[in-house]
Amino acid sequence: MAELPPKLREYLDDFGFISSREERIDYLIDISDEFKAVPASIATQPYDEAHRVIGCESEAFVWAIDRPDGTLDFYFDVLNPQGLSAMALSAILDQACSGAPLDQVAAVNGEVVFTFFGRDISMGKGRGLTELINAVVYQAKRRLHSG
Amino acid sequence: MSDISSRGYANADKLVSTAWVAQHLNDSDVRIIESNEDPLLYPSGHIPGAVEVDWVKDLNDPLRRDYLGRAGFEALASRIGITPETTVVFYGDKSNWWATYALWVFELFNHKKAKIMDGGRLKWVEEGRELTREKPSVSPTTYSAPERDDSQIRAFRDGVLQHIGEGGQLVDVRSPAEFSGEKLHMEGYPQEGAVRGGHIPGASSCPWSRAANEDGTFKSAADLRAIYQEELGLDPGAPTIAYCRIGERSSHTWFVLTNLLGFGDVRNYDGSWTEWGNSVGLPIEK
Repeated sequence: MAELPPKLREYLDDFGFISSREERIDYLIDISDEFKAVPASIATQPYDEAHRVIGCESEAFVWAIDRPDGTLDFYFDVLNPQGLSAMALSAILDQACSGAPLDQVAAVNGEVVFTFFGRDISMGKGRGLTELINAVVYQAKRRLHSG
Repeated sequence: MSDISSRGYANADKLVSTAWVAQHLNDSDVRIIESNEDPLLYPSGHIPGAVEVDWVKDLNDPLRRDYLGRAGFEALASRIGITPETTVVFYGDKSNWWATYALWVFELFNHKKAKIMDGGRLKWVEEGRELTREKPSVSPTTYSAPERDDSQIRAFRDGVLQHIGEGGQLVDVRSPAEFSGEKLHMEGYPQEGAVRGGHIPGASSCPWSRAANEDGTFKSAADLRAIYQEELGLDPGAPTIAYCRIGERSSHTWFVLTNLLGFGDVRNYDGSWTEWGNSVGLPIEK
């Protein structure tokens, strides 16, 4: 089993130390402030539906662009202005998975959502965020298997 | 959307506009309360002076599937600084799903001075109104609450069984695919599914969202009557039970039928399909 992308490991360790709900929420909000929507050079609205994350109520979209070194750059957008959780996770995935070895990205499990957001997240949110991770992992696996 | 007062609601004072809220931010008789599904929203920015009531940690018993009891409600009321005389105004995400849910729970404790901000959080944000991350400083109050009264606006499994035996009217506010049994859960909520699909016998299907405009505000009374009374044939004078999956979407419909259309006896079955569709021996229709 491949290692996880180092930056993701770092985030998981950080969240592992969090003991209070308030601290977790504050940290996630800080991360969501780092969210950057996909640049116009990659995609403009209305987006191609092929990039939509199915099951994410925050209307998240994901793009994977090949780098010369064989890794991927990931880009995201979240159309629902209230989709802060999706924005926070997008920021984490961008920082952790863009440029990371594909086998490391492919090793990411959707369950990490609960490390970031806690077990008391609503069912709908949990599913939508897991699907966001799955969309990123799928792109890495697709490249790996086509190579 | 037109002024609330011109929409013909039975109990128009249960609904207030964003402008009304903006004018009452410093009113000591009014407490603005945000209730969301997403716990990140309130801390990321809320209406100045608003407090948060979280549907999981504040309204539900942590162990039993039930709501908080009298002592818990008194503690919550004290924490958010209200008395029985305070007018509480709820707003939130998802077209006020959780706001109507919280209002319904407050009414179980007979806190009737409770209103909904039409259009919820999104409308406030889209109008460019002020948000703050600053938590308000609240002086704890003493609130003497009655015991929770589940007899008037809440339905339980056995009551629903009796209701259908008497040919009572029910509204299933889930999606058509859940109603038909094609799906065992709501889109995006697979863990809140059920062993059996379908609906409670005799229920009419009317997804909750039909009561809302695209901007999350409520439709006019005439439009609502056309849906619930003319199309579904519901009798405002007859006992009615609304249900969904866990009782949150149906609290939205409960609010519509009770306060906007003036139905006299509406109960929310919060056990809803996660109880009915998983129970042994209960009748199901597809």
